[in-house]
Amino acid sequence: MFVRLSAAIAAAALLSGSALAQGAKPTDPQIAHIAYTAGVIDVTAAKQALKKSRNKDVKAFATDMVRDHEAVNKQALALVKKLKVTPEDNDTSRSLSKNAAAKLTELSKLKGAAFDKAYVDNEVAYHKAVDSALETLLIPSASNAELKSLLQTGLKIFQGHEQHAEHVASELK
Amino acid sequence: MKPGGYFSIVAASISALGITVPAHAAAIQISMQNLVFAPAEVTAKIGDTIEWVNKDVFAHTATAKNGEWDVMLPPKKTVTLVLKKAGAIDYYCRFHPNMKARLTITP
Repeated sequence: MFVRLSAAIAAAALLSGSALAQGAKPTDPQIAHIAYTAGVIDVTAAKQALKKSRNKDVKAFATDMVRDHEAVNKQALALVKKLKVTPEDNDTSRSLSKNAAAKLTELSKLKGAAFDKAYVDNEVAYHKAVDSALETLLIPSASNAELKSLLQTGLKIFQGHEQHAEHVASELK
Repeated sequence: MKPGGYFSIVAASISALGITVPAHAAAIQISMQNLVFAPAEVTAKIGDTIEWVNKDVFAHTATAKNGEWDVMLPPKKTVTLVLKKAGAIDYYCRFHPNMKARLTITP
């Protein structure tokens, strides 16, 4: 429990420790970039899990993550094209990617049940952090209605994944 | 075989006939859109067909909590289920457990 809590705090800090926490409201091109980056990160983490894990539930969860996040990002790309918005790199996206790369390296050193637990716990924490960023910052800041609506769907997907990850985590114990 | 045994077999096959050929079986649509089952609460009768219409680009499931059925719904597909047993069934999507709904099946 303590480990999970601290993982959640670390993930929350990873999002709030960026420029966005300093009161700057992200623009639509930045929001699109953050949301897309968040999806890519989860797909990459899932692909690592599919290579490393031998646990049926963990692999099934990772497969779901790849499928859902690729589907969301496909929609996101179609939307930015339609709106003629060019996603813009920003500090939040950069810190998300940097932290995710560090997590991938950390997890690459683990094996078997230790890997499974660390992956799933991080998935719970990561989805929680992204949910909170979507709810409190990205959705309220989005000015385009279609972008806002896609983010709202994204939030429901992420919340679903969070519950799914929590379920898998409880089965691993 | 005891007479009682015969009787119950005949009774069972009659009731089985009654179930498979209902007088007014209805088809009831439940959509899945933006991760929401709509309507979330449906009342149906044994013999009715539920048509889950997945309008999302995501795969979903309609999974009964009591294990009665587990229906896979690929993106943009419709899948049907003929109701065979009465009861109030809470169901959800295994991939997105925040999607919840209830189906009440009456005899």
